[in-house]
Amino acid sequence: MWDNIAILTAAPVFNIQLLLDGLFIGATFALAAYGLALVWGVMNVKNLAQGDFVMMGGYIAWWLGTQGIHPLWGLPASIVIMFAFGWAVYVLMIRRVIDKDMFTSLLATFGLAIVLAQALNLMFGPEVQTAESDFPIRSYFDNAVTIADIKLVAFGLCGLLALAVVLFMKNSRMGQAIRATAQDARAARVMGIDTDRVYAFTYALNAAICGAAGALISMIWVIQPFYGISHSIRSFVIVTAAGFGNLPGVIMAGLGLGVMEQYGGFVLGAEYQQATVVALLLGVLVWRQIEMRRHRQVVQ
Amino acid sequence: MNTTRLLTAVSASLAIAGLVMSGPAQAKVEGDTIILGSAISFTGKYSTNGIHAKNGYELGVMKINEMGGVKVGGKTYKLKVQYYDDESTPLRTAQLLERLVNQDGVKYFLGPYSSATTKAAAPIMEKYKVPMIEAEGASRSLFNKGYKYLFAVLSTSEQYLASSISLAAEIAEKNGKKASDIKVAMAFENDPFSLDVRAGVLEDAKKYGMKVVIDDKMPRDLNDISSTLTKVKALKPDLLVLSGHSKGAATGARQIKEMKINVPMIAMTHCEAAKITSKFGASTDDFLCPTQWAETLSYKDKYFGTAADYDKLFKKTFEGYKNVPYQSAQATAAVLVWKEAFEKADSFDTTKVRDAISSIEMETFYGGIKFSPAGNNIAKPMVLRQIQNGQYNVVAPSKWASHPVNWPRTAK
Repeated sequence: MWDNIAILTAAPVFNIQLLLDGLFIGATFALAAYGLALVWGVMNVKNLAQGDFVMMGGYIAWWLGTQGIHPLWGLPASIVIMFAFGWAVYVLMIRRVIDKDMFTSLLATFGLAIVLAQALNLMFGPEVQTAESDFPIRSYFDNAVTIADIKLVAFGLCGLLALAVVLFMKNSRMGQAIRATAQDARAARVMGIDTDRVYAFTYALNAAICGAAGALISMIWVIQPFYGISHSIRSFVIVTAAGFGNLPGVIMAGLGLGVMEQYGGFVLGAEYQQATVVALLLGVLVWRQIEMRRHRQVVQ
Repeated sequence: MNTTRLLTAVSASLAIAGLVMSGPAQAKVEGDTIILGSAISFTGKYSTNGIHAKNGYELGVMKINEMGGVKVGGKTYKLKVQYYDDESTPLRTAQLLERLVNQDGVKYFLGPYSSATTKAAAPIMEKYKVPMIEAEGASRSLFNKGYKYLFAVLSTSEQYLASSISLAAEIAEKNGKKASDIKVAMAFENDPFSLDVRAGVLEDAKKYGMKVVIDDKMPRDLNDISSTLTKVKALKPDLLVLSGHSKGAATGARQIKEMKINVPMIAMTHCEAAKITSKFGASTDDFLCPTQWAETLSYKDKYFGTAADYDKLFKKTFEGYKNVPYQSAQATAAVLVWKEAFEKADSFDTTKVRDAISSIEMETFYGGIKFSPAGNNIAKPMVLRQIQNGQYNVVAPSKWASHPVNWPRTAK
């Protein structure tokens, strides 16, 4: 471990590589986590199938790639397809569990996650897949830092998508309805908002956001039917750290998590890369607990 | 209340009827057919290779039946395999093998796909004292437990990449450098198979006094090794060794390309299974990939002819194969061993058949087969192939090499 830290201090240029890799992948984490924050905050559904939605989006982009269509077109395609899919899942399943207790929705979405992973496995096989953008790769500092253009493009698109969602939530009628429902569903219903439709839209929007994140992940990382769970865990870590209504928090936590993973992998070894995520969650929960206790004392 | 009682009665009588109809366990040899049993992965994460293995078994059975079948006690028998899908989970493998033994009465077995499922199978074989010839479980931990009924036709996993170490030493010495100056970077998945591969590499690196500068273990859900590769850039090793099944090969090849990793020698397992040449093109040139078998090797037997003949027949029989995976070739070899073992034992007694297997010495299109007392095949070496212009050419060991090795590799 100390050897690895020594490398970073002796040749700081490698910090740039780790930071960039972390930020690029962290942006897609943040996107998927924002979808989860939306569903969790508005509907109080903890969607364990989050990562599997991400994988579905990835497979849509990858599949288009195999058909000779550039996988970047997979981004709009997976947004549209996953929106429709999310709506269908809401109507068939989520609507029935939304007013039940927490465990019912957890179990239902966990079941959905298993079904989706197995369905992807049956359709596309268990191999790891990547969608090739064929964009050039730049190198700097005598090849010590390399940046694939597709990662820059994906980073930009993540930013654009996040901006689009924010503007939508602020300015559109549906966005306002979603925010009203999140604040007080009963009051929103009294005011004439069709909350069932709001829920359906929110869930579908989440699926679409996940689909977009997945399409980008298939181009900058790898996808596999059973990798959904690790993306679900990341989303939960980010939302737990940032809170629901806090988009800047989600973005910061997402990017931070990406960077943490890279440093965790570099310093402690690749086997601890994902363990870093879980350790972080634990840390956040402990810290939250302490903070809340302090808050309670002040109130008393 | 009445309905409940009626239901209980009906289900009880159905259960009894089921028991009676399933009858005594006599299915090991039905008429003139010998039934071999196998619980193998048709679904789940091992399904691709599971199906490769099944095709191998089927081709072996087809060929033997075509050539007149198996002669035991002056009578000829046909072979047939009874399969169950173990869904790629070891627990299921164990359950299904129990079922094959207890309910279907099968006494002779072909292996599942993967070391993990074979590990679950071995104790069942011991418990019922029925032999299994397996072709897809290479972990060396299968052969240090004293199992008596488990035999493997393939080379064990610690041999997979060890040859890359001796090749690196050979090249260093040729260039006037000492083998002990070589810096090795390794990244292995944290699973039984890959850790065995690692043990073999470590052992050989130690033998030459090489310095291991990176020794990372990759997680099971491995989708990123860029932090390891950043370390590779910083420490500039002479040899990079990677192993983590197909996903490790795919992830590794992709990120090696993306990060323009410039190491003179890169060796990894599962290149072919992960189809890295078609996915990542010229960037994979000069990668070294071990294989159990290649169609260019000069092995031959009386059933299939040469390795190349087997290759041709396989492609003709099963559509959609551009290359014949070694997983299929070794599966076929396991079926050939069964035939020879039955004929050698000249009996269906499981103990006699087991003893016959343990004393078998044969040449096949897949290579020599002779089992050590532990049950692994000691007659066949691993070969190392290099990707040269998108083709896999055998470069080591020198006895089997068809092409000289390209060194040093330059990033493309």
